[in-house]
Amino acid sequence: MAGKDCIAIACDLRLGMQSVGVSSNFEKIFEYDSVYLGLTGLATDVITLSEEFRMKHNMYKMREERRMEPDTFANLVSSSLYEKRFGPYFVGPIVAGLNSKTGKPFICGFDLIGAIDFAKDFIVAGTATDQLYGMCESLWEPDLEPEDLFETISQALLNAQDRDALSGWGAVVYIITKDKVVKRLLKTRQD
Amino acid sequence: MDILIGITTKDSVLIATSKSVARGVSVIKTNDDKTRELTDHSLLAFSGESGDTTNFAEYIQANIRLYGTRNGFEMSNKAIASFTRNELASALRSRKPYQVNILIGGYDVKKKKATLNWIDYLAANVELPYAAHGYAQYYVLSLLDRHHDPNMTQEQGLELLKDCIKELRLRMPIDFKGVQVKVVDEAGVRKLPEDF
Repeated sequence: MAGKDCIAIACDLRLGMQSVGVSSNFEKIFEYDSVYLGLTGLATDVITLSEEFRMKHNMYKMREERRMEPDTFANLVSSSLYEKRFGPYFVGPIVAGLNSKTGKPFICGFDLIGAIDFAKDFIVAGTATDQLYGMCESLWEPDLEPEDLFETISQALLNAQDRDALSGWGAVVYIITKDKVVKRLLKTRQD
Repeated sequence: MDILIGITTKDSVLIATSKSVARGVSVIKTNDDKTRELTDHSLLAFSGESGDTTNFAEYIQANIRLYGTRNGFEMSNKAIASFTRNELASALRSRKPYQVNILIGGYDVKKKKATLNWIDYLAANVELPYAAHGYAQYYVLSLLDRHHDPNMTQEQGLELLKDCIKELRLRMPIDFKGVQVKVVDEAGVRKLPEDF
């Protein structure tokens, strides 16, 4: 979610096999310096891709001797996913970050083969997509301050995951501003 | 229908594996060992497609032993789990993937901490306080949710494991010929003499 000179990204913590819950501490958001990547979908591909992007991001930093911008990272995600066009990774990624030069919020989502969906309000992914669209559409408004953005994204995620049988078991929220990143664990229903 | 259960306690990991091997309608072995020792303080338990299972387990065992002798120190439990996951994950998108489910129990002598890693045949790797594979999951996970405590002693852990096996004997539709229990703790890996 984008706010006024800030962004927020959040995920639930459940890892499951169909109806069986396996772990209640499986984070789906990964940090690449100031760029944040959320990965939903097949757990094995979530792990594989998060590690592959860690490698590619580190290689870029060493080669270019500078940090990667969020829009650059988005194009890296897109081309990496399209490389596997005919045997894709089963994931629904989202990228969020603040541009280090302009300070402007950047958020985008992808399908499993890397088609980018740019947005200036919010991006959702995962099994609770329908519910999240409903919540975000009604709660989000332009130019939210960091603390209001936290409340908005938390309520959107919490109420969406409670209406989805496959999501939940805890939640994590990151609030990212120019000079501070706050990570909060939310207490949620455990059923 | 194989059973794999792992429970961590304050200072050890307990791993129980079923003793039966069945082909079609016949039981062909009743004292099977579905585990391999990776290092002095790490144990791998496996189930799945027969052939794939022992082949993959021994391949991992050999590579981790090789790492130990080459470098003069053993791989950490986290590294063992990541290595195993990586091998499974690269096989997953090959012509013939390994169909193997895995539990890795380990004890870190320096940190004095027991760890349990759950890895399924799709190569999803998670560290958990307690875990199970196969149909056994449906019966024991709820028991473990209710009664597991990360600070429990090894004796309490064994009592909990006994309760799990009791439930399985009651609910599982076929006889799994009991389980074999191995403990990983400060002293290393050992098999419990008693029959569960």
